[in-house]
Amino acid sequence: MSSSASNLASGRSIELASGHPTNLESGHPSNPASGHSPAEVTYVDAIRIALGEEMERDERIILLGEDIGVYGGAFKATAGLLERFGPRRVIDTPVVEEAIVGAAIGASLRGLRPVVEMQFFDFAARAFDMITNFAAKHRYRTGLGVPIVIRGPSGAGVHAGPFHSQSPEGYYARTPGLAVVVPSTAADARGLLKAAIRDEDPVLFLEHKLLYRRAKEVLPEGDGVVPIGKAAVRRTGRDLTIVTYGAMVSLALEAAAGLAKEGVEAEVIDLRTLLPLDEETVLESVRKTSKALLLHEDARTLGIGAEIAATLAEKAFEWLDAPVLRVTAPDTPIPFSPNLEAAYLPGLSTLLSAARRLAAY
Amino acid sequence: MTTSPQQQKTLYRHLLLTRLLEERMVSLYRQGKMTGGLFRCLGQEATAVGTAFALEDGDLLIPVIRDLGATLVRGARPVDILRQVMTKADAPARGRDGFLHFCLPEKGLYSGIAMLGTAVSVLAGMVLADRYLGKKTVGMTYLGEGGTSTGAFHEGINFAAVQKLPIVVVLEYNRYSYSTPSEMQCGAATLADKAAGYGVASAIVDGNDVLAVVEAARRAVAWSREGNGPFLLECKTYRRKGHAEHDGQAYVDAEELAEWTRRDPIARFERELDSSGGMDAAARQAVRAEIDAELDAAVAEAEASPAPLPDREFRGVRADEEAVVKRRAETFVGGLG
Repeated sequence: MSSSASNLASGRSIELASGHPTNLESGHPSNPASGHSPAEVTYVDAIRIALGEEMERDERIILLGEDIGVYGGAFKATAGLLERFGPRRVIDTPVVEEAIVGAAIGASLRGLRPVVEMQFFDFAARAFDMITNFAAKHRYRTGLGVPIVIRGPSGAGVHAGPFHSQSPEGYYARTPGLAVVVPSTAADARGLLKAAIRDEDPVLFLEHKLLYRRAKEVLPEGDGVVPIGKAAVRRTGRDLTIVTYGAMVSLALEAAAGLAKEGVEAEVIDLRTLLPLDEETVLESVRKTSKALLLHEDARTLGIGAEIAATLAEKAFEWLDAPVLRVTAPDTPIPFSPNLEAAYLPGLSTLLSAARRLAAY
Repeated sequence: MTTSPQQQKTLYRHLLLTRLLEERMVSLYRQGKMTGGLFRCLGQEATAVGTAFALEDGDLLIPVIRDLGATLVRGARPVDILRQVMTKADAPARGRDGFLHFCLPEKGLYSGIAMLGTAVSVLAGMVLADRYLGKKTVGMTYLGEGGTSTGAFHEGINFAAVQKLPIVVVLEYNRYSYSTPSEMQCGAATLADKAAGYGVASAIVDGNDVLAVVEAARRAVAWSREGNGPFLLECKTYRRKGHAEHDGQAYVDAEELAEWTRRDPIARFERELDSSGGMDAAARQAVRAEIDAELDAAVAEAEASPAPLPDREFRGVRADEEAVVKRRAETFVGGLG
C-alpha cells in the first residue's frame, strides 16, 4: 500500500519492523519458570501479546488485515499469530480497507469478534463510511451490536509524511456509537486492547507508532484489563493540569519534571479514551489546580482539546484562575522533512513556555 | 430443478402481495401518513421475489430499497413494513430507521444502509463467519447499475472472490439510477461482464420472467454453496416509476415506458399460469381477495400503532451506554444542570 512504509523500515528515530519480538512462542510477557525478574515488554509486543492471549481465551476472535499473516504486520504487531492460530483466524486480505471493515461488521453480526488492522490509521479514511455509517449506527438502528476492533498505528514523529503520520482520532471521536481508545503505555496497550476486544460495540484503537518500541515496561500479572473510559493521573500536582494522551504523555511528563525544578507542580492526565471522555477525572483535577493546559498531536481546530475546553467552561468556570490554553499541532498537513515535522509537532519548549505563562497568570 | 405447481402458487402470492402492499403505501403516501419518500419496485417485482425464493432456510439476505419482494419472501410481515414506513414505535426499527432498513436475524434478514455497495463486504463477512462456524450458508444481496459503480462493490466482490465466499449478488439492471441511464453509469456492455475482472461466475436472466429468475438463482445459489465462490446474477428489468414518488421521471422515454408496461412480470406470469393450467383466474382472484383482507387489517393495525417516544428511542447507541445517556441529559440542561 505504501511507498513510504519501506522508507520507514530503514529506521531513523525509531526501529520499525525489525528484530525479533520477545517471547514470540508463548506470547506471555515473562517466563515465570526462569526465576528471573520479569522482562520489560515493548508497546508493540504488548499489543501482540494481548491479541494472542485473547485469541487463546476466545475462539470467536479472528484477525483481518493487510500483510498481517505471513509477514506478521508492517510493524510486526501480529508476528507469529498465523503460525499459532492458522489462516482461518488470521486472514491476509487484499488492499480493501472498506471491505475489511465491512467483512468484520458482517462477521460480528454472525457471532465472531473480528479485530481489524489498519496498516496505518490514515488508511481508515478508506473505510470511513463503513466505520461511521455502518458500524457506528448499527446497534441504534437495529438493536444488533457490532463488536469489532479497528486497530493500527497513528501519529507522527517517524518521518513518514502526510499519509502515514496522522492523528485522525478527532474524525471518529465525535461519532456516536464508537469508542476511541489511545493507549500511551505498554501495559495500557495490552489492557485496553483486551477491553476493546471484549466490548460489545465498535472500538477504534489508535496505537502510536512512535511508542511501538520506545515505550516498554514490565506488564502486570494476570489479565491486566484496563477499562475503556477511564483516564489515568500520571503525575500529581497542585499548580496546573496538563490533559493529554498518546505519545504526548511522555512529553507532558518531561515538561512536568522541568517545571518542578522551577517550583511549579503540574498534574498530568492521560485520557486513554477519547470517546467516551472521562471528564470527571479532568474536572476533579482542574477544580484542584484551577489551571488547564490541553496538549495534543492532532490538529488544533475541533481537536479533543476544543471539547475539553468547552467542558471546562461549562462545568469548571468558577474554579478557573486562568484562560484554558491549548498546545497542539497546527492546522496544516504533516510535512515529510524531519526538520519540518519537528517544527510541526508540539515540542518541549513550546509546552514549557505555555505552562510557565499559565503558572504565572 | 423445476418450480412445482405448488411453488408457483406461492410465487404468485409473493408477487401479488408485493404489488398490492406497494399500492397501499402509495395511498398512505398520498394521505401524508408515510414518513419520507416512497421507493417503488413496480415492474421489477419478479427479480427480488424470484431470487429470494431460491434461498433456503438459514440463508442470509440483505435487500436494497427496491427489494420489498425479497423482504416479504424472507418472512417479513406486511404490518412490519407498514409500521416501518409510518415510523411507528412497534416497527422493527422503532422509528429509528425506515422501510427495508431493519433486521430479522431469525429469518436471515439483515439491513443494508443507504450507501450503495456496502452490503457486499458485510454479507461476505457474514458468510465468512458462518463458514468458520461450520455452516454452509449462502448470502444474497442486491445492487442496481449505480450500486455496481461504487468502490464498495468493487472491494467487496474482490474480497469475496479471493476468499471464495458463497455470496450471490443480484444485479438488478433496471435502466435508471435515479435519473442516470445505464450507459452513463457503466462502460461495460452488461453488468455481468464485470465478473470476469474478479474471476467470479455470472449469468444474465430476463428479470421479468419469474420462473426463469428462480431457476437462474437456484443455479447461482448452488454454485456458491458448493464452494465455487461468489456469483453475479444480472436480472434485466425496468423501473417503471421514478427514483421515488416525488420524481416525475421526465427523463424517461414514453415509448420505452409503454413497452416495459406491456412486459409487466405479474401479467406475464398470469398468462403462463393460464396456459399451463397451474392456477386459473378464479384461483388467482381468491388469492387477491385474501391479500386484500390481510392488508386491510395490516393497515388498520399499523395506523393504530403509537409514535415512538423520545424518552425511549435515544437509548441503545452502545451496550455500555452510561456515558451516552449522561451526555444526552446534558444536552438539555447544559453545564448548569
